[in-house]
Amino acid sequence: MSAPADDRLPLGVGPFARLVAAFADSRLALAGLALLLTIALAAAFAPWLAPQNPYDLMQLDILDSRLAPGSPSGDGRLTYHLGTDAQGRDMLSAILYGLRISVVVGVSATVLALLLGMALGLVAGYFGGRFDTLLMRIVDIQLAFPSILTAMILLALFGQGIDKIVIALVASQWAYYARTTRSTAMVEGRKEYIEAARLLGLSTARIVFRHLLPNCLPPLIVVAALQVAAAIALEATLSFLGLGLPVTEPSLGLLIANGFQYLYSGRYWISVFPGVALLLTILAINLVADQLRDVLNPRLQKQ
Amino acid sequence: MPLFVLRRFIQAFNVLFVMSLLVFAGVYAIGSPLDLLVDPQATTEDLARAAAALGLDQPLWVQYWRFLVRAIGGDLGDSFIHGSPALGLILERMPATLELALVAMLIAVLLGIPLGLWAGLHPESIGGRAIMAGSILGFSLPTFWVGLMLIMVFAVQLGWLPAGGRGPTAEVLGLSLSVLSAEGWRHLILPAANLALFKLSLIIRLTRSGTREALQQDYVRYARAKGLSNTRVVGVHVLKNILIPIVTVVGMEFGALIAFSVVTESIFAWPGMGKLLLESITQLDRPVVVAYLLLIVVLYIGINLIVDLLYAVLDPRVRIRRTSE
Amino acid sequence: MNTNAATVLPTLAVEHLTTRFASRAGVVTAVDDVSFSVAPGEVLGLVGESGSGKSMTAYSLLGLIEPPGEIVAGSIRLKGRELRGLPERDWRTIRGNRIAMIFQDPMMTLNPVLRIDTQMVEAIHAHRRVSRQAALEAARSALGRVGIAAPDERLRAYPHQLSGGMRQRVAIAIALLNAPDLIIADEPTTALDVSIQAQILFEMQTLCRESGTALIWITHDLAVVAGLADRVGVMYAGRIVEHGSVHQVLEQAAHPYTRGLLDSTPAAALAPAEHGKGRRLQQIPGMPPSLADLPAGCAFRLRCTRASSACEQLPALQSPAPGHEVRCFHPLPQAPR
Repeated sequence: MSAPADDRLPLGVGPFARLVAAFADSRLALAGLALLLTIALAAAFAPWLAPQNPYDLMQLDILDSRLAPGSPSGDGRLTYHLGTDAQGRDMLSAILYGLRISVVVGVSATVLALLLGMALGLVAGYFGGRFDTLLMRIVDIQLAFPSILTAMILLALFGQGIDKIVIALVASQWAYYARTTRSTAMVEGRKEYIEAARLLGLSTARIVFRHLLPNCLPPLIVVAALQVAAAIALEATLSFLGLGLPVTEPSLGLLIANGFQYLYSGRYWISVFPGVALLLTILAINLVADQLRDVLNPRLQKQ
Repeated sequence: MPLFVLRRFIQAFNVLFVMSLLVFAGVYAIGSPLDLLVDPQATTEDLARAAAALGLDQPLWVQYWRFLVRAIGGDLGDSFIHGSPALGLILERMPATLELALVAMLIAVLLGIPLGLWAGLHPESIGGRAIMAGSILGFSLPTFWVGLMLIMVFAVQLGWLPAGGRGPTAEVLGLSLSVLSAEGWRHLILPAANLALFKLSLIIRLTRSGTREALQQDYVRYARAKGLSNTRVVGVHVLKNILIPIVTVVGMEFGALIAFSVVTESIFAWPGMGKLLLESITQLDRPVVVAYLLLIVVLYIGINLIVDLLYAVLDPRVRIRRTSE
Repeated sequence: MNTNAATVLPTLAVEHLTTRFASRAGVVTAVDDVSFSVAPGEVLGLVGESGSGKSMTAYSLLGLIEPPGEIVAGSIRLKGRELRGLPERDWRTIRGNRIAMIFQDPMMTLNPVLRIDTQMVEAIHAHRRVSRQAALEAARSALGRVGIAAPDERLRAYPHQLSGGMRQRVAIAIALLNAPDLIIADEPTTALDVSIQAQILFEMQTLCRESGTALIWITHDLAVVAGLADRVGVMYAGRIVEHGSVHQVLEQAAHPYTRGLLDSTPAAALAPAEHGKGRRLQQIPGMPPSLADLPAGCAFRLRCTRASSACEQLPALQSPAPGHEVRCFHPLPQAPR
């Protein structure tokens, strides 16, 4: 008896199309995906979309500082739809540029942590032995420790900067990938197809990369999707605390921090709007990641 | 049982030892504190004398050994900034942080379990969906931004609650506490709510999925078949089973709550050890950072131990397995 | 209810019971027009493959069908009292009190984190206001009745500390606690060793005969039914396809499905045939159908060697002998007595 859910898809449809169809089952996830794409495009094309370059001092007018949303600029050439900050910077432009930095930092930290964790996890899971024991000890200790503390300590040692915050984020997140890869690699490594590949005399590198790795990917994708959101939030938090990015490269977290003192005088827009941008970014990623987890989870699929 | 506790203690000391190595290597071995301590105009002889006085001319392992011996005696060095023992500075601020974290965890548990239960019992209802949507939002909202919004709404716009600070405290058994006075609560409630939000979402999700899973179990159907009231089925049969993972998570997350209080404390100017840590990091006050880290590690190990013991109390299967170990 | 009837009032009389589930794949009829009755002290065996609606019938009898499921037709009368449509409050006074149920796997049904005494005492307190001492005393005596030695020790145990057979005895003791009119046992011995299974079957039979409790024994195992039941109902795809005394159904099976089940049990193969050798084990061709897409008419016709075009209509129950009913257009001929 074939389950009715299978009947809707014609035969010969590849696994990818199946995943897409399963993903599209949730309207909420689709909305999240649309939002995510919008955000990604806005971040990518920030210099072309932004009304002004917020870091070109020539374009700023100090007389326009702390204007409420919707105010026209002093020279009447543009309207500050989201208001201005203490330097007379257009908030919309600052948010677009800040989004760009937040996304770049979050994504590059995630990719690097994924690669590092995956490599270590594959080796540990496939070969086992003393390296495996040692690595898992380190992973256990690292995971028991809150990521924010690890990152804070590293930043305290290294100082500020994009490269440093990426290192700090990688250091506080690689362990998730190492553990996930290792456990999947151990399960997959015991299956018949790996045994068959060994019997065929394939090289270890080929077995690990061509046979083992692709089968370890689904859970890793889910973890990575959730961790991008975590990385962006963590970067924003660190920058807000003044430990992350320098003032010359203001991410959303720093923009929010800059507006903090003006909250008390009711100039909410300097903090609120960058916060909304940050929230929407994280929310969109979480919605997509949640659905990805349901779609890629083999345990749920069989039901 | 005692054997199991003993084994846990040995494990704990191992972890503590490894962490002390890491902390020492990370904080002391990288860069020289001399640059910070000694007047930049000092001569080479001055520097050498200062280094000898601080023991920095010794090989690293000797330095570590001295650090370790002193640490066991409770001496983690003096703060560069405050000039007083680092550990003392931290301990002085610990009650404020612990109080904040405890109240936050209490909020998360007392709201999270009923909401999660309700959402698990009525997953398709509007209320159940709203609770779930709220918890997704709670996961996505960055803690520090929520803190700002709370200040903006409740302190600035409505003027109901103070925007920061701890307010008056009462001394009980040598601890100064906020929870004993109404004014203390007024200062406590916003930061505690801020800190609780993320854990609240977590507990809602855990309780909801645990409830849904438990409801599928035969023992729930059987309890119904015995003619038990719905209250008893949910309140005893379901709840007792889902409490086990919840207790574990609450315990594990309590450490994270203390760590994350860094953010909340700095937003609400709460005079706890998180705020002190942040100040020490920006002022390069290494002994205080080290003291904080080691204290956190000890706290973590203690919490883990308590969780394991609680686990054994709640889950008879664990209790049996462990005694037979 | 006709109270003037000279016959004994049945403990349970089920008529035209129909239970449906609304699912994404459409409406599924899990229990379809099922009728039977059980007299005090009588044992009814309900036989069928998994998915044939046996367990759903049991849950319907206990009012444990939850949305999206619903009893859409029929009546359930316990000692003459109509249960269908009772409010939940009243159902609760029936469950575990007048009708008790024993489930398949006591490992799964006894709550793993509650002690046996808690689970027994709560079953009493759900229906009677007695002191905890009195409830414990009742629990102790129930454990004694099902042959558990050292009941005090068992009462303080957690389920995982007991053996499988012991757990099932506890479950039976819980069913006996409130002296119910009817016990429904859903494959309670499947998970047990054969020797323990036999013991428990014997004890259940004795307990019910002595107390006049009616028993519905749900199983897929005809051999169990042969030794235990007075009457047998055979279920297929939600319907009772054959119904009669244990002798009629097992030895004069009229429905091709019942025949197929009999031929596929090892007991049938072990019975000496003419040549003194074991008979070959036979299999019913095809798979049990999914309730989601049943063929119209007789649900068994696609697997049946005797099926004809007439079987595309639903056959009515016919009676080859008094007390023997079969839902088939082409029943197997009865061997002359």
